[in-house]
Amino acid sequence: MGYCINCDTLSSKFALSRPSSISSHFKRLLSKPNSDRVLFCSNELRNKRYLAPLSLRPWPVQLARHEVDYRSRVGSVQSKQSDVSIADSRPKLGKRTDLKKIMIIGAGPIVIGQACEFDYSGTQACKALREEGYEVILINSNPATIMTDPDLADRTYIAPMTPELIEQVLEKERPDALLPTMGGQTALNLAVALAESGALDKYGVELIGAKLEAIKKAEDRDLFKQAMKSIGIKTPPSGIANTLDECIEIANNIEFPLIIRPAFTLGGTGGGIAYNKEEFETICKAGLAASLTSQVLVEKSLLGWKEYELEVMRDLADNVVIICSIENIDPMGVHTGDSITVAPAQTLTDKEYQRLRDYSIAIIREIGVECGGSNVQFAVNPQDGEVMVIEMNPRVSRSSALASKATGFPIAKMAAKLSIGYSLDQIPNDITKKTPASFEPSIDYVVTKIPRFAFEKFPGSQPLLTTQMKSVGESMAVGRTFQESFQKAVRSLECGYSGWGCAQVKELEREWEELKYTLRVPNPDRIHAIYAAMKKGMKVDDIHELSFIDKWFLTQLKELVDVEQFLLVRSLSDLTKSDFYEVKRRGFSDKQIAFATKSTEKEVRSKRLSLGVTPAYKRVDTCAAEFEANTPYMYSSYDFECESAPTQRRKVLILGGGPNRIGQGIEFDYCCCHTSFALQEAGYETIMMNSNPETVSTDYDTSDRLYFEPLTIEDVINIIDLERPDGIIVQFGGQTPLKLALPIQRYLDEHKPKCASGAGLVRIWGTSPDSIDAAEDRERFNAILKELNIDQPKGGIAKSDSDAIAIAADIGYPVVVRPSYVLGGRAMEIVYSDEKLVKYLENAVEVDPERPVLIDRYLSDAIEIDVDALADSQGNVVIGGIMEHIEQAGVHSGDSACMIPTQTVPASCLDTIRLWTTKLAKRLNVCGLMNCQYAITVSREVYLLEANPRASRTVPFVSKAIGHPLAKYASLVMSGKSLHELYFTKEVIPKYVSVKEAVLPFEKFQGCDVLLGPEMRSTGEVMGIDPDFAIAFAKAQIAAGHKLPLSGTVFLSLNDLTKPHLERIARAFLALDFSIVSTSGTAHVLELAKIPVERVLKVHEGRPHPGDMLANGQIQLMVITSSGDALDQIDGMKLRRMGLAYKVPVITTVPGALATAAAIKSLKSSPVKMIALQDLFDVEVKTEGSKDLQSASSSL
Amino acid sequence: MATSAMDLTFSNPLSSFASKAQPNRSPKARAFTVRCSIPLSSDGAALGLAERPWKTSDARLVLEDGSVWTAKSFGASGTQVGEVVFNTSLTGYQEILTDPSYAGQFVLMTNPHIGNTGVNFDDEESNQCFLAGLVIRSLSISTSNWRCAETLGDYLAKRNIMGIYDVDTRAITRRLRQDGSLIGVLSTEDSKSDKELLQLSRSWDIVGVDLISGVSCKTPYEWIDKTKSDWEFSSNERDVDALHVVAYDFGIKHNILRRLASYGCKITVVPSTWPALETLKMKPNGVLFSNGPGDPSAVPYAVETVKEILGKIPVFGICMGHQLLGQALGGKTFKMKFGHHGGNHPVRNLRSGHVEISSQNHNYAVDAASLPEGVEVTHVNLNDGSCAGLAYPAQNIMSLQYHPEASPGPHDSDYAFQEFIEMLKRVKQNA
Repeated sequence: MGYCINCDTLSSKFALSRPSSISSHFKRLLSKPNSDRVLFCSNELRNKRYLAPLSLRPWPVQLARHEVDYRSRVGSVQSKQSDVSIADSRPKLGKRTDLKKIMIIGAGPIVIGQACEFDYSGTQACKALREEGYEVILINSNPATIMTDPDLADRTYIAPMTPELIEQVLEKERPDALLPTMGGQTALNLAVALAESGALDKYGVELIGAKLEAIKKAEDRDLFKQAMKSIGIKTPPSGIANTLDECIEIANNIEFPLIIRPAFTLGGTGGGIAYNKEEFETICKAGLAASLTSQVLVEKSLLGWKEYELEVMRDLADNVVIICSIENIDPMGVHTGDSITVAPAQTLTDKEYQRLRDYSIAIIREIGVECGGSNVQFAVNPQDGEVMVIEMNPRVSRSSALASKATGFPIAKMAAKLSIGYSLDQIPNDITKKTPASFEPSIDYVVTKIPRFAFEKFPGSQPLLTTQMKSVGESMAVGRTFQESFQKAVRSLECGYSGWGCAQVKELEREWEELKYTLRVPNPDRIHAIYAAMKKGMKVDDIHELSFIDKWFLTQLKELVDVEQFLLVRSLSDLTKSDFYEVKRRGFSDKQIAFATKSTEKEVRSKRLSLGVTPAYKRVDTCAAEFEANTPYMYSSYDFECESAPTQRRKVLILGGGPNRIGQGIEFDYCCCHTSFALQEAGYETIMMNSNPETVSTDYDTSDRLYFEPLTIEDVINIIDLERPDGIIVQFGGQTPLKLALPIQRYLDEHKPKCASGAGLVRIWGTSPDSIDAAEDRERFNAILKELNIDQPKGGIAKSDSDAIAIAADIGYPVVVRPSYVLGGRAMEIVYSDEKLVKYLENAVEVDPERPVLIDRYLSDAIEIDVDALADSQGNVVIGGIMEHIEQAGVHSGDSACMIPTQTVPASCLDTIRLWTTKLAKRLNVCGLMNCQYAITVSREVYLLEANPRASRTVPFVSKAIGHPLAKYASLVMSGKSLHELYFTKEVIPKYVSVKEAVLPFEKFQGCDVLLGPEMRSTGEVMGIDPDFAIAFAKAQIAAGHKLPLSGTVFLSLNDLTKPHLERIARAFLALDFSIVSTSGTAHVLELAKIPVERVLKVHEGRPHPGDMLANGQIQLMVITSSGDALDQIDGMKLRRMGLAYKVPVITTVPGALATAAAIKSLKSSPVKMIALQDLFDVEVKTEGSKDLQSASSSL
Repeated sequence: MATSAMDLTFSNPLSSFASKAQPNRSPKARAFTVRCSIPLSSDGAALGLAERPWKTSDARLVLEDGSVWTAKSFGASGTQVGEVVFNTSLTGYQEILTDPSYAGQFVLMTNPHIGNTGVNFDDEESNQCFLAGLVIRSLSISTSNWRCAETLGDYLAKRNIMGIYDVDTRAITRRLRQDGSLIGVLSTEDSKSDKELLQLSRSWDIVGVDLISGVSCKTPYEWIDKTKSDWEFSSNERDVDALHVVAYDFGIKHNILRRLASYGCKITVVPSTWPALETLKMKPNGVLFSNGPGDPSAVPYAVETVKEILGKIPVFGICMGHQLLGQALGGKTFKMKFGHHGGNHPVRNLRSGHVEISSQNHNYAVDAASLPEGVEVTHVNLNDGSCAGLAYPAQNIMSLQYHPEASPGPHDSDYAFQEFIEMLKRVKQNA
């Protein structure tokens, strides 16, 4: 939806429109109206059409065309150049032979708004370009991506991405061209920076896919509006103001409500929607004050208008096609990434749709995107059909990934091929193989995408949806009807709903007024509020008036409530075969039916099967069955004909990770893809099942077969019954498939299905679900550790409040508390007193015997260690990697920076860790991967914190650090191979240091603190590699977006617990010529140690305080360790948030501060050097066999 | 629910065109909350409980391959026979319903949701619905569009057109793709056995049937409506001095006329049987041969008319008009396996090299190899290489197999009208 840009893109857009570039561009526009078009005019007839505001063929014969025999098909097309005489410097059609090396920039770490869809697009681009014989140089700081696998590009740089560092790579690699459209906004901005700095010219690098002019025209809001005006397409009225008077002047010309967007603020600070003049002035004042440049954008609010997106593709021959239309269920006002969206558009007549199509085509031409994909967003007034264009992205986007998955048309792959000179009609449609790609997909199903949020992870932030994206992932579902796909999408979300309705949702208990508010103000749970409102009898019209959600969708939902009412008065035995079909066709899960008919899911299933009601799988084929297509891409429906045609090959079903969420993201998708690749190579047919449209795993050519389905027990069993694979793999998709392991095992035990290949029974491969449970179940696990003599921090399981207090008293504070069975440290906290413990038990979690709370001793100042190990079915265990965390134990391992190999851990501790890991893996009969976390105290005692017999989120990082694809090995091990057969028998200790740093989304969540804690909140990670630890750490920091200052002032504020380290930190910075500023407590300690320090008032003491210094640019770095007391909650948090806003690095841990000092030191002495992964591995190969620095213990 | 109309339908499968006049046939308007219309199951427990919020199956589609598809009916009821064709357009069902080219055919929409935007006053392509029936996956339970005037169900019921929904349209499409177009019988009458319906389907054929005379206007008329300014997408300069075009109505879509009017033409629409001599007497600047239903070989009189006009006046043929031109030039037409019906077909304009995304609706094609010397193939369908456009510059002839007037479909080929106008102007100036 987003007609509003979020802050990050805002600032980048503003940055693009520096006065000089604007004026020069305008001059160009003014002096040469339609200059490039006129150039191509070849006869007067067409000349007239060029000047038409919305001409369909502005550039008719711009290039020499292929003269083709009329019978010739694609593929046999001969590109004979005819004699059209046009002065044209453009490349001739067809694959370019003047290019040899092409550089691709990735999107960097996963952040909100830029997730693994860019791994998907980048991976496709790498594959497509290499397939065509080009040498590909890739740079991406994100190690968890498939695209950074060393065999996907010729040269892979997992390194920080700044214009300067990329220039270094350009100098070294000398690519002929740069493809900037595959890595989201990040890549586009970098390309602009490189073009403007002259680096591209200097090294003779051509921008392909999108030219600088086009990028600017699309990204700069002023230029964009101007361009739209010139082709007669409306944009929302708006103006840019620097003073209140200017704001009011703009407001006089635009109707209320108005949207105010300050420039250069984070998280939309100071912005808002004004409904009247008074409100407007208040918000404008706040906005002007909040903006670093005292600049706000005032724009007409199109709240309540319908929102549509079209995915457009254009080739160098000016052929344009629309790949997909998407309709947002949430109307304007909610970012499109946060909206529930549906493809194809449902409520447009042909005339209206064609108008949007014409506009999209005119826009892509006017903006000048020569080739590749773009995304155009429109707002449509539901009252009269008036259309306004909101924005266009001249690149592959999140929506295009969705459109690719929704239609089966691989936009990124095609865009890559177009960028090297092909025209659309020269590329065969991947799916039909027979028809050309120059067509518009037609689909005979409905696709629904629902975003997934993580507001619960950011206390203090409001769970409201606005024009800034806040979702962390999404699920997509395909169904024959909207109802079916919607319900499947809701249950794919894994938020505890098995569909829409037929459940006791919390919204049902809300008062009317509260419910109405929830309907009116967009929020993540609005769809459930709609359900509650409907159940309570609210009319569709009234819900529409509150929410502006189109009545077509609401009526569809209302019918689902009617079906629920019907089911509620039936018992399961009343339902006929036709009833079942009707209900299942509307997407109801067995679990929902069980809820309504007061039976169990199992009973529903057996009743359903006894009536012969089973899903029919349909194929996604881009052409609505018009052409024969043997696509392996399927979805379930309850229609008549099943097209799945399962084979009798040896095959494996891989369960994916579902929607991305914090704690379960791209890392698991990486593992799933690797499993698929490895097992395909080993001769198995691989079957992927997943519901996440952003991923590489849901690309239809990643596996032999793809089921785009929710990951629930019902849907998985349906596929097991249908495919009867030899093996099912549950350990690579994170918690999602793991939770299904036991129910699947139970089903297999009960039904004993035979494999389709005839090789015995269907079984779960790898570590048995029972072993997985043994590791998850605290009591069973404790018994095992005791038996193996493995130490763990003292702790206990509390089944009541009094239990908890008693356990805490026994082990002593501080203690770590958390609910059992959690993901990503959800609701985990460190508690220092009885009082806090009681508060935690009251607020955070409920304790009852069913859901006990775990209480463990907190090991202060301990080093945390992560171990990934691999075990085969013969009991051999090899350590994959031992990672030392930089942040102390207590910070969630996912949020902590870590390194391979370890730097400060004594050899004796490492030996203990190796021994314990091996013992445990053997005892648990692990087959595949296992991850263990250890803590090493100051007194060098080792404790096991946790063990998970599955792939962990560090697997891609470790794999890249040691140069061995662990996930691949693990899958082969699970298929029965031994580690010996894989030649992986010895722990690899690399010569260079790899540092992983987490990337946190605090910017997006106003009002939440930035402190790291036991609850994971990072969305992504970056990696820095270098022979020197400090440089590797510096690289990781730069990649994570922290601008490490090389000089200046550091603000130190340490709590009592960490004060002992103060002197060390201060001296480290002093040695780097930093001056130190502190408030009274810290300053006092420093003065005692005779360290020069400038005192500053605490925020509550008066002014000037550190906040003022931050604002004045007098502080370049902050080290704050939180005491967690009431004052810190206010003062400290404010400071930390300010640091975030002013982009001053805030370090909240002691080891982090020391590592940063080391990094600054090394940065000062030598510049960062970019090293390709391939070079590192070569080094590794060369030195193999030589004596390692650390003694690796061979387990075999 | 058998009515007398049924027998009539039996004796003349196409009588539904005329059955509008049947007074005894009260169309059943189906509102959105369709209630269960058959007795509830004998299972006593079901009695007295909340009714099923869906309609029970009450219709069948029997295909000549022997397959029987149970479905739910909307629109009119009765028994109807026709050729089943699928259309892959995602939008534009109203335009498709009113496109006379579908006479005698059951149109199966591959897009599952149909009826979402209801029906409005503007998007009609002719004055009535000529198709034999509509086969869809899911009938919208509500409408949402600012221009909506009526629901699809009411609209079809008033026009006495049968529709069925809740049928696996993709499965049928796959059959049509494999086996080619099939004759089918749609029935809401329980009294008819599947076997009877199957026999009916096998006793009927669309090949060689003159469907044009049933859809063409009976007397000439003037056409003046342009594309409404709201929907105008091309702002080419219009000429003040109007060109006169005679348009032969073989089942003409109104948008062809609107586009010509928008380009500044004065248009006289004449019936399919209008003598060439009369046309020549009118001294038009150009003649347009329109689209129309069925087999071009079934209307030899039209081919004769075309022959008489060729070379004397510039002509433009669209769809059926293109096929008639092909025959008149001495070429052959043949029936395609399942034809082209959709809004997403790539066509290459061989003159410019450009690929146009086109609106297609035809079951017959011109065999380009059979065309005489001098005739140029100007457009080719990239999906199957079939001939999509012809020109005979020496005689001022141009024609397209597909629909430059779109409606429904993309506007990529609208330039064809411009080219036609340019041709008329050139001839006029030289005259």
